[in-house]
Amino acid sequence: MVNQEKAFYERLAQKGVTRRDFMKFCTFLTATMGLSSSFVPKVAEVFAAPAKRPTVVWLHFGECTGCSEALLRSMYPWIDELVLEVLDVAYHETIMAAAGHQAEEALHQAVEKNKGQFICVVEGAIATKYNGGYGKVGGKSFLQIAKEVCPKAAGVICIGSCSAFGNIPAAKPNPGGYKGVGEALGIKTVNIAGCPPNPINFVGTVVNYLLLGKLPALDDLGRPLFAYGQTIHDNCARRGHFENGEFVEEFGSKEAALGYCLYKVGCRGPETYNNCGIVKFNSGCSWPVQAGAPCIGCSQPEFWDKFTPFYQEL
Amino acid sequence: MAERIIVDPITRIEGHLRIEVEVSGGKVVNAWSSGQMFRGIEVILQGRDPRDAHHFVQRSCGVCTYVHSIASVRAVDDAVKVKIPKNARLIRNLLLGAQYQHDHIVHFYHLHALDWVDVVSALKADPAKTAALSDNVSNAPWGGTNYFKNVQQRLKTFVESGQLGPFANAYWGHPAYKLPPEANLLAAAHYIEALRLQAKAARMHAIFGGKNPHPQSLVVGGVTCAADLTADRIAEFLYITKETHEFVKNVYIPDLLAVASFYKDWGGIGRTTNFLAWGDFPASEKEPESLFMPRGVIFKRNLEKPVMADPGKVTEHVARSWYEGAQARHPYQGETKPFQGDPKYDTDSKEGRYSWLKAPRYEGEPCEVGPLSHVLVGYAYGQKEWKQPVDHVLKTLNIPAEALFSTLGRTAARGIETLVIGEAMQGWVMELVENIKKGDTKTYEPYEMPDKAQGVGLNDVPRGALGHWIVIENKKIKNYQYVVPSTWNLAPRCAAGKMSPVEEALIGTPIADPKRPLEILRTVHSYDPCIACAVHVIDPDSNEVYKVRVA
Repeated sequence: MVNQEKAFYERLAQKGVTRRDFMKFCTFLTATMGLSSSFVPKVAEVFAAPAKRPTVVWLHFGECTGCSEALLRSMYPWIDELVLEVLDVAYHETIMAAAGHQAEEALHQAVEKNKGQFICVVEGAIATKYNGGYGKVGGKSFLQIAKEVCPKAAGVICIGSCSAFGNIPAAKPNPGGYKGVGEALGIKTVNIAGCPPNPINFVGTVVNYLLLGKLPALDDLGRPLFAYGQTIHDNCARRGHFENGEFVEEFGSKEAALGYCLYKVGCRGPETYNNCGIVKFNSGCSWPVQAGAPCIGCSQPEFWDKFTPFYQEL
Repeated sequence: MAERIIVDPITRIEGHLRIEVEVSGGKVVNAWSSGQMFRGIEVILQGRDPRDAHHFVQRSCGVCTYVHSIASVRAVDDAVKVKIPKNARLIRNLLLGAQYQHDHIVHFYHLHALDWVDVVSALKADPAKTAALSDNVSNAPWGGTNYFKNVQQRLKTFVESGQLGPFANAYWGHPAYKLPPEANLLAAAHYIEALRLQAKAARMHAIFGGKNPHPQSLVVGGVTCAADLTADRIAEFLYITKETHEFVKNVYIPDLLAVASFYKDWGGIGRTTNFLAWGDFPASEKEPESLFMPRGVIFKRNLEKPVMADPGKVTEHVARSWYEGAQARHPYQGETKPFQGDPKYDTDSKEGRYSWLKAPRYEGEPCEVGPLSHVLVGYAYGQKEWKQPVDHVLKTLNIPAEALFSTLGRTAARGIETLVIGEAMQGWVMELVENIKKGDTKTYEPYEMPDKAQGVGLNDVPRGALGHWIVIENKKIKNYQYVVPSTWNLAPRCAAGKMSPVEEALIGTPIADPKRPLEILRTVHSYDPCIACAVHVIDPDSNEVYKVRVA
């Protein structure tokens, strides 16, 4: 264990990441997860020296792959660390080398060998109309695959609003009868909501599981409270302008250039639970409100129907 | 006796694709491409606010993020007749350019490379020889024996753990892999470096778009990022543009050429016939005249005679797709109805339907779209920013121009355009700086939403020609339609029985081992398929024919 840890820090050092940088990341992640600072060394341990990497089976259903892409943008930890050293991503159609029968075989093996122990991550909603006929992989419907794989997992993490709540394919009139995984299968899932979600919220959830052996505390929609406990509006950098009655009423205006509140051009921040403004996207680079774009409420169920038209005041 | 092979799922793509081929005498003699998912975003769009459409359609795809957002706002810009300010045009172009940089790097290293690179063979490489090879072929900033020793050790630890993750059960050791162990190790090292680079490159979208995937700052009439036109934000964007371009110039292109030199026979495999590009990156309000990436069609591989492309000549066929009817129609004349039920996959009968993709045709002909078409059209027009790098690649590999119409050419073209666009982007950033310096900080032009209107947005995005068409009535979306790159490339047959580009390209592909059809993946991946984008439907509830101005 000690040797492995030493090797890990040496590897980091070669990449120009100091032990200090790494601990900083762990502190950030620990704080994002809402754990006390005494957990920092344990978080570090999860990344530095996992005994056997936990197996992840990642299923793609009715989706756009934006959630996988979001995870690829993870910089702390880098995605190659996650895939090569932290997790055992045994099935993931977007990155896996195998295809066709060999891919199906990989799925079968990962599920059977790790029964009751693997983490099932689902990206995408499940078509339920016409016997699931609107979405298939290897001739099997999404619904059939989910029914076979999900109950055998230690837990199901829905990444993104599609697998969590149905999202865009389930927007009215929902031609394929798309549903979130929990609703389609009648099971409880952890829902990392967002379209796509911030990868830090997924990583935080997984680390919580690796560290404490259980999933983080959830709200009544299955979303981890550490990320979805407060509204966008609660923590918005533009909140002061809201309180002062300083609003953008037209894009490109003086008020827009001054970074005033976007409430009157349709911001759904007051109704939306997420930590976008705190952690920001692409490793702290920005977030929609910072770029002058009103929040569309993408971590809320049915936001495509309940929050539209988007550019109108709530 | 012909043997049928089905590869489903095709992995390392976006979406759910099934490829079926018939093999005889060690070669593919017949092929079928099938999209396996239907969501129906156009149906969902009906009756909604046209300004919202770009958020919806962007969710067609998270890999080709941004492209549907820009196509949509352009279609609505056109419908409401708003002329966007210069800054908005530049920022939109820069964000599209950023998408090209990011998307193509990920495709080459993470989606396509494993078809050519045997990672397991890299374990046998001599790190010192790999370092020498690296010094010889590449200008990568990393290298040296120790560096490659470490990469190799990392792979070894990973393999010895017995948990092979995404590398399990692949075609390692397949006879079609031709690279020596050292070249495999070099490529594996750059696979990892590119993973990191792409995460940085995506920050270009975040700077002016708020996030990536699915940047949010486009609006009809311009962009929202008025508060981000500051020196530090622009400098950050420029710096990432340069860093990404350095990678493309010093690592991606040398890797591409090094790998290609072992696979020159693929210049005769995966061949197609016709090539279409709408073009993109307008330098002024004038389109198509000012497009940096030109518009045109090349028929029958005739590089002497490119012709201007006319969107009025596009039809979409559904005869072999899971929709009612069989009539080919112009995209404006939407009357398609998705099959209501669990569709039967039928590639056995001549009239059988087998895909959720429709089949777009130009003057009745299948046309390939994407990097190869972009590069060929620029090359055929003789534009020097396109012609020079193509000639350089042909000369370095010592292959004739004829070899471009192939899997090799398609893969090379993707690298070439990443280079060409990355170079141009730096100029566009400086144009933005100059414009702001002059005191022009305008990012948005107000407009009135008309009761009744129609508009089109023609674009060319990393995967190819993309058109969005919108019909507005009572200020709401009456009809919305998009014809996307992967529909052009990966469609099923049309009413006339003509194969789609990928089906045509697969014919003649050598198959060394039908149980491990690695060669099929090479050609399919060379199109960078995006199936979630490719499946969509128009107005299932009416048979109306819309007459809309064709730009």
